[in-house]
Amino acid sequence: MSENFGFSRSEVSSGRELTYLEAIAEAIAYEMERDDRVLVLGEDVGGSFGGAFKVTKGLADRFGDERVLNTPIAELSFTGMATGMALMGMRPIVEMQFADFISTAFDSIVQFAATNHYRWGAAVPWVIRAPSDGGIRSGPFHSQNPEAWFVHTPGLKVVAPSTPSDAKGLLLAAIRDDNPVIYFEAKPLYRSVRGYVPDGDHVVPIGPAVIRREGSDLTIIVYGTMVHEALEAAAALSVDGIEATVVDLRTLKPLDEEAVLEAARRTGKVIVCHAANRMLGVGAEVASLIAEEAFDHLDGPVVRLGGADTPVPFSPPLEDAYRPNAATIEAAARRLAAY
Amino acid sequence: MTPERILGNMLGKAGGVSRGRDANLHGMGDLDLGIIGFVSHIPQSLPTTLGAAMAFKMRSEARVAVTFVGDGSTTAGAFHETLNMAALWNAPYVLIIENNQYAYSTPLRQQTAVEDLASKAEVHGVATRTIDGNDIEGVRTAVSEAVERARSGGGPSAIETITMRMRGHAVHDGAEYVPQNLLAEWEERDPLVVFRRRLIERGDASSKELDMIDAECRAIIDGVVAEVQGWPMPDPSTLADGLYA
Repeated sequence: MSENFGFSRSEVSSGRELTYLEAIAEAIAYEMERDDRVLVLGEDVGGSFGGAFKVTKGLADRFGDERVLNTPIAELSFTGMATGMALMGMRPIVEMQFADFISTAFDSIVQFAATNHYRWGAAVPWVIRAPSDGGIRSGPFHSQNPEAWFVHTPGLKVVAPSTPSDAKGLLLAAIRDDNPVIYFEAKPLYRSVRGYVPDGDHVVPIGPAVIRREGSDLTIIVYGTMVHEALEAAAALSVDGIEATVVDLRTLKPLDEEAVLEAARRTGKVIVCHAANRMLGVGAEVASLIAEEAFDHLDGPVVRLGGADTPVPFSPPLEDAYRPNAATIEAAARRLAAY
Repeated sequence: MTPERILGNMLGKAGGVSRGRDANLHGMGDLDLGIIGFVSHIPQSLPTTLGAAMAFKMRSEARVAVTFVGDGSTTAGAFHETLNMAALWNAPYVLIIENNQYAYSTPLRQQTAVEDLASKAEVHGVATRTIDGNDIEGVRTAVSEAVERARSGGGPSAIETITMRMRGHAVHDGAEYVPQNLLAEWEERDPLVVFRRRLIERGDASSKELDMIDAECRAIIDGVVAEVQGWPMPDPSTLADGLYA
């Protein structure tokens, strides 16, 4: 899939198209070149191998083995180590080989790093890159979307880009942020999505959501892979005259409450959808926010779509039944439009 | 770090180290003093401090990171993960294992089948020593040597200091689970008593001089207590201040 993602035709024709994965790799190399405090660490990231997904391929040749530090299997402690490096003025980027493995590092993240500045005023400027999401037949331990744990944790910031441009821009912003940032990169988008990525110092600020599509009949609030599913659903709905606004949250913490409420008030009908399981997910918070702050503007119930409350299953028919997609979003939107 | 700031922290005062954010000994970090404020999950101190050591190494700074844990941390995953990496990367890192016989209410023999705690570090390739933790001068010598070794590129060390926890886990804990005869035995080995006796025996100080130092310390603490009790508590409107840098 190659999309413009809101860039004008002239910008696209003058720019470069990169995959989502290439955009992440470009951001890391750009920032390591610019700032010698930046380093990468994680399992298999170093040497000629360059990580399970090859995001860090070539970095060790360019920046050396110390700044592209291959770690043993010890997520709890290499993440804790990143906190100590950050406290001493470094800017570590931790590659969590799969987002599923982040549970192993939970104490280092939510107890130490997230509370540190609040407790004694010292900043912890690290980024954890967490390759997340499924739909690619990877089974229960290579498909998870654990963002809600971290959105629930005070002191963290959480981002989830959906386009190559945002993948680069949000990563630069995350590295430069003085707080611990968890950067959920969507594995299904690595090589399937190409798009225009500005050269050089392209920063997308942490915080603001973006409208990917305007429509007055209803709003679909999404992030990550589901942005693409929502846009596909919106195109199908448009054929029948149902026009959807698609809001890409991009940052999950702090949540862009104004963007959510503006779209809810304007369209009166809202679907919030993510691939993570629905129970107490980001969608629950978004729906509550709308219920509290935009109740008078609603013309129908806020609809939450999300993964089933099960582990992510491996077998294709089961995984397809687990996760939302363009067809389930479209069906929910038709029901809501007719409400 | 001043006694005023420490007591301010314990009393939840706005002027405490953590400005009322963290309790008792936790959260008393101050980067200007080179102190990282720890969390209640004590084994977490190991990897965080290793990160500091790795930052010094990467920047070729002649600095060393030192951390303190108890016997209780030696059974946690972070202990083993961290020492493995410290040795692997020859980090300028010194670990002090304060073996005070109890992890809260659990005696060492119920924590581990391997009561030689230094050996748990040794298997990871870290240089180790086991010393009398109540010998003030011996501790100073052993730690100085380990720090110098780390500073000169000789790699990480772990020092097990054998001692005894003479009170409960915290003030709420009467520690009735500790046998009285064990406490009586260790009472004789109180490091301040032992060191005092040694200073007098060697003629380094007279009993009178040491009594004067004790009285001076007492007066300082009395003054700190009187002063800090009067410090203001934090303003509730500042609840969310400092959540983000």
